[in-house]
Amino acid sequence: MFVNQFLFLGAILFCIGVYGVVARKNAVLMLMSIEIILNSVNINLLTFALRNGSTDGHVFALYIIAVAAAEVGVGLGLVLLVYRNKKTISIDDLSEMRG
Amino acid sequence: MIAQNIGFLIIAIVMIVAALRVVTTNNVVHAALWLVVVLAGAAAQYILLAAEFVAVTQVLVYIGAVMVLFLFGTMLTRARIGAESDLNNSYKKLGIPVGLVMLVAMGLALTDSFGDEKLPESAKVVSTQEVSDQIFGPYLLPFWALSFVLLAAVVGAIVLARKD
Repeated sequence: MFVNQFLFLGAILFCIGVYGVVARKNAVLMLMSIEIILNSVNINLLTFALRNGSTDGHVFALYIIAVAAAEVGVGLGLVLLVYRNKKTISIDDLSEMRG
Repeated sequence: MIAQNIGFLIIAIVMIVAALRVVTTNNVVHAALWLVVVLAGAAAQYILLAAEFVAVTQVLVYIGAVMVLFLFGTMLTRARIGAESDLNNSYKKLGIPVGLVMLVAMGLALTDSFGDEKLPESAKVVSTQEVSDQIFGPYLLPFWALSFVLLAAVVGAIVLARKD
């Protein structure tokens, strides 16, 4: 197995996730794209952990999973709050902070 | 080695197709279900990378907990379940060149840096004991910080989502 095959998989997934964040208007779908990005980062970390023969990458991957779980919890709480107040979760309609 | 490469290729193709469906489908529930495929494929890749504990955690946390959160979020924020037309930005075509430029830049950097370097052939599976020795040894302080992050996130999510 080459190092690059895993790194390229991570890069492709990262770019797909970035496209999702740019293209999507629905807040829940944006959060899903962010999850794809975080998973691509984890693939990279574990690839380098195997390449260098260390376990540090595993620890970082586990921490990223925990932070992602916290992020989804707070993010969906925010989405629910926005939906309750505005009856929409379209990012384009949330322009209160525009100067 | 051959078997591992074939497995990698199949899982990678499935993951990429599923990820493309997540970002292009018109149905939020379908997007969530395609995301399950991506996350399960990632868990399989972690096993190929000799990281069994991370793979198990991925299944438990992502496919178990995060997907339930996503489906609940979908259920609570919209009345109808089905195809919709207004999920994308008006400037979504801008995302294609952005993604492609990033992919080309990263691809060039990766080919330049690693070329055809191979992963070690006889890598042994990293046991849970080694990972926990790392977490509760050198990485104990970040672990505590992470505990507080999770606590704050849980309390914050409850405060945000409850009705006053």
